[in-house]
Amino acid sequence: MPTTRRQFLSLAGGVAAAGTIPIVTLRPLHATPAMLNTAIRNVVGEAPIRTGRVKLDIPPLVENGNTVPMTVSVASPMTADDHVKSIHVFNEKNPQPNIGNFYFGPSTGRAQVATRIRLADTQKVVAITRLSDDTFWQVAADVVVTLAACTEEMN
Amino acid sequence: MAALINVPAKAKRGDVIEIRTLTSHIMETGFRHTTDGKLVPRDIITSFTCRYNGAEIFRADLFPAIAANPYLSFFTVARESGKFEFEWIGDNGYSSTASASIIVE
Amino acid sequence: MSVWRAIAAAALFAAAPALLAGEVPHDARRSGYSFMGPDTRAMQDDDTSNPGMLFVLDGEQLWDKKTGRAEKACADCHGDARTSMKGVAARYPAFDKALSRPVTLDQRINLCRSNHQQASPLPYESRELLALSAFVAHQSRGVAITAGDDPQAKPFVEQGRDLFMQRQGQLNLACTNCHDDNFDKRLAGAPITQGQPTGYPLYRLEWQTLGSLERRLRSCMSGVRAQAYDYGSPELVALELYLMSRARGLPMETPAVRP
Repeated sequence: MPTTRRQFLSLAGGVAAAGTIPIVTLRPLHATPAMLNTAIRNVVGEAPIRTGRVKLDIPPLVENGNTVPMTVSVASPMTADDHVKSIHVFNEKNPQPNIGNFYFGPSTGRAQVATRIRLADTQKVVAITRLSDDTFWQVAADVVVTLAACTEEMN
Repeated sequence: MAALINVPAKAKRGDVIEIRTLTSHIMETGFRHTTDGKLVPRDIITSFTCRYNGAEIFRADLFPAIAANPYLSFFTVARESGKFEFEWIGDNGYSSTASASIIVE
Repeated sequence: MSVWRAIAAAALFAAAPALLAGEVPHDARRSGYSFMGPDTRAMQDDDTSNPGMLFVLDGEQLWDKKTGRAEKACADCHGDARTSMKGVAARYPAFDKALSRPVTLDQRINLCRSNHQQASPLPYESRELLALSAFVAHQSRGVAITAGDDPQAKPFVEQGRDLFMQRQGQLNLACTNCHDDNFDKRLAGAPITQGQPTGYPLYRLEWQTLGSLERRLRSCMSGVRAQAYDYGSPELVALELYLMSRARGLPMETPAVRP
């Protein structure tokens, strides 16, 4: 497999670190898949995460990444014995991997939350739910963020 | 700060009702810079809580990835007439509240 | 990123050099709303999910708030805005006899502040000015636009039309090249609209706040790499007046939501 630019840079960085004292430590501009994984493990711990149960409604192609409507729901009877405790939403490439944590109880009636989020780039969004039996379920969606023309310069 | 709350004025006992809230807030991420290179400090709402006659029914932790002027829609079971109280808490001591009443028949 | 967009824009227009400026026929005119996706439309349609309504609420409070050395509120002269302000924004920019030139709604609010409330003018794009103009313009929601009908305004409508047709900036593009000749096509990922200013001040998802038509025009000018006219300059007012007269008959949507 050919060495990608990123692999090359990380190799080069490793050599530099071994040979000299690194002068600057670069913080990644984007959350990395490793950061996403860490953020998820902070919530879930070591429990297994199964796929399913959660539904993530988010446009596959958004008109502006600054305000993206999103609805997450879980099919659940929402009774004292069988309900959704929480929903956690993460992203892959914003500067920070967390989007929101939402907490429910049997009195919520329906395990559904809608909000508007920021997506810095085309990326994957992951929603994970914790049920009352402490099992975790997840779903992921890919979102393409188009660039608007003639946007103002960022200040 | 202005907030828009949408709670049905009336509901039948046992109905699952939708509650929508929208509040004014810049949600400054803390990741942006001014044109002269200074980091704009983070200023976001970090927490939202909804109580129904005093009991918490829904809570959210918000992060910089939530869009400006945060919008939240969620549900509850209409159990009894009374009051919904909403509270937003954020950076720099930000705190704001709103309320709405419901008649359950 | 900016360079890439500039190249995309240049490529689009290089491909069609023979297009002549042609104004949009009266019955083919469309609000920017019709170019949006269903999610953004839904955000505008429901007042409790439209973030522009937060500014309208703020404006409603400011309307009743006494201010300036005269200790007067807007409501002290104009009463209930729901009746007194209905249809007003649909006529703006409007010709001001004392100044012998058209003034925008923002300028009218600041003239009221200095002449009648003895208060300092509110800065362009300040939250207070946007809130007041959104509240006033919201009273005209659904009202057909009539700006530019005043015969005294005609020379300024013509001035605005000339500016609309005039090529400018490093990309050497006129407003008409996009908004008359190429609407419904795409520029980068975004659809090109007709530029009908039916919902200002409006909430742009890009801005994540409410903004004026002048802000939008200035950002278009930056887009074609032109030096943008200053807020409140005669050129921007004339352009705003032409655009409103060009949208004659379309209903007001304030506060609209746009991507």
